[in-house]
This record gives sequence, structure tokens and C-alpha cells, in this order.
Amino acid sequence: MEKQFLIAGFGGQGVLLIGTLIAKAAMLQGYEVSWMPSYGPEMRGGEANCAVVVSDEPIGSPLVSEPPVLVAMNKPSLVKFMPAMAPGGTLLYNASLIEGVELRQDINAIPVHCNEIAERLQSSRVANMVMLGAVQAATDVVTGETLSRTLQDWLGEEKAGMLQINEKAIEAGRELVKG
Amino acid sequence: MKMLMKGNEAIAEAAVLAGCRYFFGYPITPQNQIPEYMSKRMPQVGGCFLQAESEVAAINMVYGAAGAGARVMTSSSSPGISLKQEGISYMVGAELPCVIVNIVRAGPGLGGIQPAQSDYYQATRGGGHGDYRMCVLAPSSVQEAVTLTQEAFDIADRYRNPVMVLGDGLIGQMMEPVDMDSAKAYQPAEDLPPKDWAATGHVSNADAPRAVINSLYIDPAALERHNLKLQEKYDAITTRECRWQEENLQDAEIVLLAYGTTSRIARSAMRKCREMGIKVGLLRPITLWPFPTAAIQKTLSTARQYLCLEMSTGQMVDDVRLAVNGVRPVHFFGRTGGMVPTVAQVVEQIQALAERSNPMDDLEKKLDELAGQVDKTMSQLGDKLDAMGKKLEEKLQSPQTQQKVQDIKQGVASAAEKAKTGVLKGVEYLTDTLGDVVAGIRSQAAAPEQKPDDGDSGKGAEE
Repeated sequence: MEKQFLIAGFGGQGVLLIGTLIAKAAMLQGYEVSWMPSYGPEMRGGEANCAVVVSDEPIGSPLVSEPPVLVAMNKPSLVKFMPAMAPGGTLLYNASLIEGVELRQDINAIPVHCNEIAERLQSSRVANMVMLGAVQAATDVVTGETLSRTLQDWLGEEKAGMLQINEKAIEAGRELVKG
Repeated sequence: MKMLMKGNEAIAEAAVLAGCRYFFGYPITPQNQIPEYMSKRMPQVGGCFLQAESEVAAINMVYGAAGAGARVMTSSSSPGISLKQEGISYMVGAELPCVIVNIVRAGPGLGGIQPAQSDYYQATRGGGHGDYRMCVLAPSSVQEAVTLTQEAFDIADRYRNPVMVLGDGLIGQMMEPVDMDSAKAYQPAEDLPPKDWAATGHVSNADAPRAVINSLYIDPAALERHNLKLQEKYDAITTRECRWQEENLQDAEIVLLAYGTTSRIARSAMRKCREMGIKVGLLRPITLWPFPTAAIQKTLSTARQYLCLEMSTGQMVDDVRLAVNGVRPVHFFGRTGGMVPTVAQVVEQIQALAERSNPMDDLEKKLDELAGQVDKTMSQLGDKLDAMGKKLEEKLQSPQTQQKVQDIKQGVASAAEKAKTGVLKGVEYLTDTLGDVVAGIRSQAAAPEQKPDDGDSGKGAEE
């Protein structure tokens, strides 16, 4: 089993964190994982992405050039990476910020209104967590329980107060996919 | 417990756990997490972190700390490592152990900040002056970056020589699980010699003479002796420290050679090609110097061709060609400028090689043809001999032959009969003749008795 993800968006949208939490949770479940960010002279508002590979054997290339799963948090990312997607792949896109793009017919496209859902939860900062929940539900790469434990570890005691709102956001994203 | 760590941070923590207490550096992407991490960790463990005014200053601070017997490290990326070359050469000359981390970025010049492997020549051939060698370790995962960093300190102390850990932007920036428990359990190797040569500021005495840290030898004879002594260390490193990893080599007709990041891509491509039935294997050098020449030569028994993969325009491929020594073709595929080859590109290269007929195949085909011809001729010859034998047998058994044999037999029999008769006749004749002769002799023998001196010759005949 090997699952590859490419998660892309604006710098500041938390796309690297989506990937980090998936990778950490998968590691907790005993998988081999790799997390590779785009790096360089990045800035808030610039492009950011990370490639995550989850496998039950040692990972070869940590790069994802034909993503079977693409998570696009903004329009430029979708336009840039959708053409490279593997046929039959899963696209999760932030429908709050993406419209007017013709989607490929040979992929499974799932719209997630990350920003609107986050605002409904009264915290625009958890838009990425809504997407994380949707990714978890759509791909089953990790269990909801491990993801929740990973989130708790990541927030630590210092930010434990943020746990509830983040979990709510994840749950909202998950429900959206599971229906 | 496993922790998800960035390569750069993992290298820094591994160094701390290996007893590194001094770090001198200067910022440069993509290795900045190393000094950042060290700036936080060094004070916690009673060590010293110092951001120098330049790379040249940093490597000379390393020289000082190493001369005092400390475990010390510096890190940089390609352009910064170029600046450190003079200091590295001095440290080899003065026989000082240290660890230098190069998280390679694309060049030349300031180049770019994306991953590259274009510093292979510089690392393995001595980027500085003076005919020296330095052990170069090339991790291909974050976990391996941890173990090799810790080993690097041991190798440096064992031979009193700088050791380089050569990564690239991808190894430095990537996060992977690391077994920190085993990194924490690190103990220095047991064979490490005491650092009694260190200049610690002690007052010299009979047990501990004055320590001199120096790389200047004005007398050429003395410098030659010194260089030959260094050469002995390089020989020992070559014998003892060579490391590599083999995958799927037992039946590999195409052998891939790649280190660090490209070895990961090579591994993915190899798996895909194996699924297609292509016999491809991977030999991954872990030490770039010493180079696993003997391990490559072992693959000659199955390998038809070699493919060297690098993020450069071809540097390690030279060492592969030296190892293969013209016995097999060595091909090269590389990307440069910070571009990382994709798995699909490497698969394409391997497929092309698998389909390509190479000189060895041609030779074998010709030999096969020749053997076929020899077989054919031999069997034709056999058929002919067989036919001749059959004809001979037929002839022998034909009525004419039988008749002839009969005739000859009869001829022989009649000749024998004739001879017999002849002989008998001869014997008869001889007997008759002999009878007459004997009678004659007898009668002549009797006659002298009848005519003795008395002349009474008729008396005897009557008797």
C-alpha cells in the first residue's frame, strides 16, 4: 500500500500543517511516511505545497509528480497541479476560493467550502482543519481517532485551549464528505 | 520512540547526542535549520554556538576547537562550503578531527537553493589544495542522516581527519520518522584513541609534552614523511570505512548507481521496472570516499550495463567508470540546476536500456550462431559416416560379394588342393629319387668290399 498526497495553497493557509498532521498520524499508525515541503524564498501569500507519502514499505521517492490525491486550497494551486494528477485520482478543493475552473472529467472532484464552514464555526483560522477532516474521510489514510490524538500532541498543553475548535472543524470536514 | 523530524534538525540533534559541544556557522539556505537548532540546543547542553562573521571564520573556529580536542561541527551549503575549503585542507594537514555538513544546493556560483549533487567532485577530490582525502558520508533518509552524523564523529576521531556529511536540499528539508531512542543510546566507538595530542593549555611535562597544532613543514623531506603518514591513514580508511547498500543485485542485468536523494528515486523506478520484468538492481554508495569500487566490480558477473543517476551533469559516473574499467557500458542520466529527476524519467531510461542491444549481447549472439554452425556440421559429418557404414555393410552382404567371397574361398581351396597334390607328388618323386640314390649308394658301398686287394669281386655280390 502506498498513498501519495500533494497539498497546495497560499503561504499562510496552513497547507504544510495539513500534510504534517497526516504524516504524523500515519507514523503513529505504524506506516512509513515522508513529508517534503516546497522551500525557498517563500512568503505569506506566495505559493506553498508539500508532498506526503504514506506506505507500508520504505519509501522511495518522497516527491509526488503525478498526485493520486491533490488538495488545492486556492485557485493557482488547482490550475498548476490538476493537469498532472493521475487519472482516477481524488481532488479535494477549497470551493470557497475556487470557482470558474473547468474540472477534469477523469478524476473524482470533491468541493469543500473550507472558509465558509470555518467562519460558521467562528474561526476563519481553522479552514485548513476543515480540509484535513475532508481528506481523512475521503482517503481513509488514517483513522479519525489517530488524527485527533495527533492534533492533541501537536497543540500540546500550551495550546490545549485550541483543541476543541480544531476538532470541530475536522469533524465538519469529515461530515461533508461522509454526508 | 519514533519522531517526525526534518533532516536538518535531525542532523543537529544527532550531533548533540554524539557529544558535539561546539558549533560555528554562517547562515545559508537550505541548511538554516541546523544552526537554528544548534543555537537553541548548545546552551542547553553546556556547549557553544557561534554565528561567525563568515564561513572562513567559522571553519577556522572549528580548527581551534578541534585542536583543543573538542567534538565540533560546522554546516553550510555549497557556496559556503567552497569558502571553507582552505580551512579543511589545513585541518587535514594538522590532523584535526571535525564534522562538516554540506546540504548541497545547485551551482555554480550562488546558483539556486534547490537540491543538487553537484559538489561530488569537490567533496571527494579534496576541494582544498594539497592532495588530501576526507571521508564523505551520503545519507539517503533522515534516519540515516542521524546514524551517519554520529558515526562521522567516530570516524573523524579514529583517524584525526575531517569527515563530511553530504546531503542535499531534499534530505535537509524533508521530514521522516527517526528512531531517537537509538540515537540517544549512542556511545563513542571503543577503539577511539585518546586525544593526547590536543593543545589544551596544559603545562608540558614528561607525560604530556607541549602540543603543537600545525600544518607547515618547510623541509620537503619532512613533509614527504608527513604526507606518506597521512596516506597510510587514507589507506586504512579505504579498507575499514567503505559503506554501501545493495538491492536486487543477485540477478541484475542493469545496475543503477545513485546516492542520497537520487537513490530514493532510483529505488522507486527499480520497483516499477521489476514489476515489468526488467532485471534491475541498485547499488547505493553510502561513503562517496572511499568509493565502493570492489562492490561494483562484484556486480560484473550479472550486469550487462550500468546506469548512474545524479543531480549533476555527471560526476560520480567517473568513479563508476573507473570501477567498471571499460568492461561494460556505463550510462548516465542527470538533472541539474535544482531539478530533481522524476521516477517516470528514470523508468524511461531503464526501459530504453533494457530494449537496447549492447555489445555483449551481440557477441553472445554471434557465439551462439557459431556454436549452432559447429553443431550442424558435426551432425552432418555423423550422418555421412553413418551412411558410409551402412553402404559398406550392404555391399558386404550383397549376393555378388557373397559370390565373390565364395569364389575366392573355392579358389583358395582348389589352390590348396593343387598345392597339396603338387607337394605329395614332389614327395613321391623325392622318395623315388632318394630310393634310387640310396640304392645306388648301397650298391656302390658293397662293391669295394668285393674287390679287395685279392680281386675277389664277385663273391660279395653273391652274398
